[in-house]
Amino acid sequence: MIQLKVNGAGRQFDGDPDMPLLWYLRDVLDMTGTKYGCGMGLCGACTVHLDGAAARSCSTSMKDAAGKSVTTIEGLAAHGDHPVQQAWKSNNVPQCGYCQSGQIMQAVALLKEKPKPTDHDIDEIMQGNICRCGTYQRIRQAIKQAAGVKA
Amino acid sequence: MNTINIVSRRGFLERFVSAGALIIGVPVLQQVSGAAEVDDAPFHPSVYLGLEPDGTVVIIAHRSEMGTGIRSVLPMIAADELDADWKRCKVEQAIGDPKYGDQNTDGSCSITNFHTAFREAGATARMMLENSAALKWSVPASECHVKFHEVLHAPSGRKAGFGELVALGIKQLPPKKEELKFKSPSEYRYIGKDMPIIDLEDLCTGRGKFGIDAKMPGMVYASIERPPVFGGKLVSVDDAEARKMRGVQQTVTLDGLKLPYGFQPLGGVAVIADNTWTAMQARKKLKIEWDLGPNAAYESEAYKKQLLDTARKPGKVVRNAGDVDAEFARASKVHEAAYYVPLLAHAPMEPPAAVAEFKDGKVLAYAAVQDPQAAQDIISKTLGIDKKDVTCHVTLLGGGFGRKSKPDYVAEAALLSKKIGKPVKVTWSREDDLHFDYYHSVAGMYMKATTDAKGRPTAWLQRSVFPSIGNMFAPNADYAAGFEMEMGWINVPYDIANQRAENGPVKNHVRIGWLRSVSNIYHAFAVQSFTDELAAAANRDRVEYMLDLLGEPRKMNMKEDGPHLAKAGDKMDQFPLDTARWRRVIEVAAERSGWANKKSSPGHGFGIASHWSFNTYVAAVVEVEVDQRGQLHIHRVDIAADPGQIINPDRVNAQFEGAAVFGTSLTLMGEITAMDGKIQQSNFHNYPVARMSEAPLKTHVHIVASNEAPAGVGEPGVPVMAPAICNAIFAATGKRIRELPVKKTKLA
Ligand code: FES
Ligand code: FES
Repeated sequence: MIQLKVNGAGRQFDGDPDMPLLWYLRDVLDMTGTKYGCGMGLCGACTVHLDGAAARSCSTSMKDAAGKSVTTIEGLAAHGDHPVQQAWKSNNVPQCGYCQSGQIMQAVALLKEKPKPTDHDIDEIMQGNICRCGTYQRIRQAIKQAAGVKA
Repeated sequence: MNTINIVSRRGFLERFVSAGALIIGVPVLQQVSGAAEVDDAPFHPSVYLGLEPDGTVVIIAHRSEMGTGIRSVLPMIAADELDADWKRCKVEQAIGDPKYGDQNTDGSCSITNFHTAFREAGATARMMLENSAALKWSVPASECHVKFHEVLHAPSGRKAGFGELVALGIKQLPPKKEELKFKSPSEYRYIGKDMPIIDLEDLCTGRGKFGIDAKMPGMVYASIERPPVFGGKLVSVDDAEARKMRGVQQTVTLDGLKLPYGFQPLGGVAVIADNTWTAMQARKKLKIEWDLGPNAAYESEAYKKQLLDTARKPGKVVRNAGDVDAEFARASKVHEAAYYVPLLAHAPMEPPAAVAEFKDGKVLAYAAVQDPQAAQDIISKTLGIDKKDVTCHVTLLGGGFGRKSKPDYVAEAALLSKKIGKPVKVTWSREDDLHFDYYHSVAGMYMKATTDAKGRPTAWLQRSVFPSIGNMFAPNADYAAGFEMEMGWINVPYDIANQRAENGPVKNHVRIGWLRSVSNIYHAFAVQSFTDELAAAANRDRVEYMLDLLGEPRKMNMKEDGPHLAKAGDKMDQFPLDTARWRRVIEVAAERSGWANKKSSPGHGFGIASHWSFNTYVAAVVEVEVDQRGQLHIHRVDIAADPGQIINPDRVNAQFEGAAVFGTSLTLMGEITAMDGKIQQSNFHNYPVARMSEAPLKTHVHIVASNEAPAGVGEPGVPVMAPAICNAIFAATGKRIRELPVKKTKLA
């Protein structure tokens, strides 16, 4: 039996310990805010926080998540008003929006590590998150706004 | 069909609005433009708007939301014309139903084809509410005016909310179309403003529901192993190992394709399991023998050679003016170049996914589809049931780019549900998405010109060869379809006395389908690169040269250039190609990018390209740096566009920003190849798309103010990118890229 916390709530899982956290969240818990994009750690759509650090849930097995605390986009802020989410909204970042849960989770992790990121920092840390709609320039803008650094 | 009707309360708005609501329908008859289907199909778009007794305005979005903002923007047009409070409007997504008119959200035409219908819906509702208030107060209707979700009678100061007037409104005869009064642009509340989309909050909080998120009670999960080569068939399957896995319920075999392929499921073996992951894992344990079928020898390198060889031979003439042969015979020198663009995959971030349930002879589906009516159609054909017995709900789409107008995956879910008697969710893996796409066509182009002493062409010949999308609907369509020729090939607007455009034949071996801007991609690449080559040979400024080739401002409908163009010519009466507008976007892009003062130097280059597609004029200036290691950086893109009137400037900008990135992906790194009939790319490591640092650092969008009819914005930003980037690379390095993607050429 695997024990873990998801958005603060204790959970138990007795299925296949190799199952990726992504599919546990989506299919078992019905928390579909975390997205599938590649299943290989290549696109970042599935990004969550594992004990506060960004992790690709498609490449994190349930046994690796055991005993950890998982935060998903649904649990980021009670009213969807995390400063990064606010910056996302004020820049109208999403187009289709599919990648944006992952982008936001990654950006939150970035700002925790580098509260005043440079363009280079942003490139480096957001590099793993693909947006096929091409919202990168607004993502950059929103991150800078949330960080209070000059665009 | 130009009258405006009240739809009966038993009509199809029923499911959205409560009894007692006032419902207004506006059927409109229009001619389709730019749709990638049958050349002569008329279509009958219609939109609907309802008023609830509590004053809520319900507006139906019948087009699919895949990131353009359309399901917010079209309803906003109706709300504005009604002068409704947007906060008291509710947008409902339409199910697939031919009564709504065309729902294929494709071809960048939602605003072009439906803005009038939505304005009429709003204006009709406004006038009916004013008439109702006049009745209520026994005053002339001319004294009653809607103002922000209320009707006011100025002389007496009386007011009534929309809700209070619904009961009276129902009894009104709707105004005739010619009686409708419209707001003047200065009265617009929402049109022309950067209104946020209705899904913004959901998309920033993970609450948006996409096809891959849809669920039904009792649903099971399917993952399907499909024939590895297009047209292949299942011979036998050993599923013993797969079925041993915990959580696997059963396997199901699906029949292969019949002609014409259309949107049929590809067939194969499905694993049904308790969750997506188990289905995907168990599928790897299937032991399958395939008959690979007629395309097992398909190989991209040999095919490329075939395309380019064919392009060097005379083909079918699709446009002719003057006499190029005579001019070439006289010429002392000719310029020639061949260009190549490979197969491309759509790779929307959300792979194809759908849920469907077959029950009591009927199908209920929830799916990320650009065209729910096409889903109804293919499900009805695949299952042998009536189209009316298929209900297709449209979720949000995690990107579409044309892939999701082809609903084979919805038919898979419906077919599986019928076979196993439970609701089924089909989720494509990224590998499935790249292996079984409807690819953007691979194309070879050959260009030839001769010039006068100033470097201006006196004869211009262009040939393109590519497998046509027509193959999906009519086998052995060896030549391009008319709509493919209209996409940047038969309408090169240069003022050159002798011009000929040709198209050569080729057999097809994979599924082909339209991808964001379709044939414009390879056509613009060839035409705009070749233009740059001629300008370079003449040592002339590119902007000045392009303007020279466009010649005097004029409106072209191409009718004079040959019988093949009759159809294009007809459409072009409505949207003639206006070289004045084309010139203007070039001038704006040059001005705003500071072209005149920017000089390319080794390692640092500026390139320009321009194109016209979906009735929108676009020019882009791209600034690149090629560092000593040959690494390319796109510092800046200036896109000038004239799409006619626009509704939501922020979403228009976003589409062009996104097109710059999409165009960058296909230019720098996009390539699908086949070997032994099998597609070789499988995920983002070998089918890369632009990431943040590879995308243009800054894209400036310059929309040219215009009162012309609204045209497309979703696609027209894409075609200019490849030639603009490659022209900039030439300016920086002297290397001429004639084959995409750029990554195949060493830049250092
Ligand atoms: S789905 Fe996890 S990185 Fe792509
Ligand atoms: S917004 Fe569509 S993939 Fe990023």
